Amino acid sequence: MKSSVIVFPGSNCDRDITVALEKLQFKNSMVWHKETELPKSDLIVVPGGFSYGDYLRSGAIAAKSNILAEVIRAGKKGALILGICNGFQILIECGLLQGALLRNSGLKFISKDILVKVQSNKNKFFNKYKNNEILKLNIAHNEGNYFTNQKHLEELESKELIPIKYCNDKGDVSKEGNPNGSINNIAGIFNNHKNILGMMPHPERMSDKLLSGEDGLSLFLSLMN
Amino acid sequence: MKFSVTVTLKKDVLDPQGKVVGQTLKNMGFKNLNQVRQGKFFEIDMDEKDSVKAENQVKEMCEKLLSNQIIEDFKIKKVE
Repeated sequence: MKSSVIVFPGSNCDRDITVALEKLQFKNSMVWHKETELPKSDLIVVPGGFSYGDYLRSGAIAAKSNILAEVIRAGKKGALILGICNGFQILIECGLLQGALLRNSGLKFISKDILVKVQSNKNKFFNKYKNNEILKLNIAHNEGNYFTNQKHLEELESKELIPIKYCNDKGDVSKEGNPNGSINNIAGIFNNHKNILGMMPHPERMSDKLLSGEDGLSLFLSLMN
Repeated sequence: MKFSVTVTLKKDVLDPQGKVVGQTLKNMGFKNLNQVRQGKFFEIDMDEKDSVKAENQVKEMCEKLLSNQIIEDFKIKKVE
């Protein structure tokens, strides 16, 4: 599998995701935001970080960069795209995903391990997980409070476009398990064709048992499936 | 030609910063305060003599970059 990781000024998870991908033998290229062409890739990753210092709105400036025009074109043709954290914010700002990521309801930057429950494994990204499986992942964000209008929310729920939701240690998708105030405990969403995934938790930070855990590894294994 | 643009969260979107500012003002003794909504302010200087054309361009800027219309509203005012 060939992958491309897009790098912006201020990206800081680009190397972590590269380590995770290369561990699984992905042939990865790092692509600087000023490039106007994407290498041929099976997977495009828009990584986490603070592109352009979060100026204006998180992800808003990166969404207008040269390479994003190529990412949008590839996404519309069906390429697999994964946006993590700031990458999720960028995919929303460029219109590949719908909704908005507001400031965390508690007004604080949150950096901690959280739990999510797999809602649906019938897609390219989660097919190596079991439905209702509980994963320990890490979040580190200030604007991860997902919001969308009622009509889109109903569509997300009915078409199984929400693969993961925040939950508590008993696996209940409840207010108690929701770190940032996200509507319906949403931790990640798909576009309608399920080829584009945006998620706030960092799977790449859970891809090594010795460092943290490996609950995130199956996401990359799913993509190879 | 100068324009001022204010971008604020739509009224049904929770504005936690505005809420905290409002609560603090109440604690400071401004008891008759209803609510505070926090937003962003831009001053845009255009090299353009046609005011209709300039205003349309500022509107386009607001729609394409300055605001996220899912959660924010914008107001444009010509100042000079």
